[in-house]
Amino acid sequence: MVTLNSYLVVTAILFCLGLYNVITRKNAVGILMGVELILNAASVNFVAFAHFHGNHIAGNIFSLFLIVLAAAEAAVALAIVMALYKQVGSIDVDEATTLKG
Amino acid sequence: MPALKDITFLLLSGFTLISAAGVTFSRKIVYSGFSLLGTLFGVAGLFVMLSSDFVAVTQVLIYVGGILVLILFAIMLTSKIGDMKLTNQSVNGKVAIPIMAGIAFFMITQLTGSQWKTNDVESYQSLLIPIGNAFLKEYLLPFEIISIVLLGALVGAMVIVKKEAK
Repeated sequence: MVTLNSYLVVTAILFCLGLYNVITRKNAVGILMGVELILNAASVNFVAFAHFHGNHIAGNIFSLFLIVLAAAEAAVALAIVMALYKQVGSIDVDEATTLKG
Repeated sequence: MPALKDITFLLLSGFTLISAAGVTFSRKIVYSGFSLLGTLFGVAGLFVMLSSDFVAVTQVLIYVGGILVLILFAIMLTSKIGDMKLTNQSVNGKVAIPIMAGIAFFMITQLTGSQWKTNDVESYQSLLIPIGNAFLKEYLLPFEIISIVLLGALVGAMVIVKKEAK
């Protein structure tokens, strides 16, 4: 029997995988992929709660806004990665120490 | 005998989680990028199971058609792909895995122990027309604001990567 809890458990595991990716990767693009996993988990949660409340429309709208913001975030973050690569010559986040002064 | 819906859910969620594990644990960054494809398609399938067809289609269009291609471009433009150590090193795994397992265990026990207020009757109908009406009626202002956000992100990305004018 598929209930709300099944979806919540799956997205909790997905969120933890994304968080693990974010805190252990050294590659900036890898960190960005972890952020995408976390955003996807949140998005499924919104739609799942909406569906089990009689297909409420607000969850779907929120999920669409989340997808659009993820697209904007990916564009800006990858632009920053390219600028970092031009500046430092690597996308290892440990080497981006310019702001330390 | 389990219902068809349960089997579909198990297959979809297993597919999603296995490819998410591929994103997280694979040695090469290109393999991570292609595993992300499986995760995004699996999440789109979960959206279909939750009867939100429009969100599923948008997920495939924007994530797979846009963000994933952008990520693969960034991988191939920035790193020396053949060098495994350089491209996808992960640090502190021995510390992070127990912490993540603890967080996952805590979240799952809390989630399954809670009493969520739900309607027991699931309904499946197309949400395309209600979403269109909602965007042009009560969510009109957020809809316009998000277009300004997108324009700002577009211009900002170009300003960040452009060559310095001398």
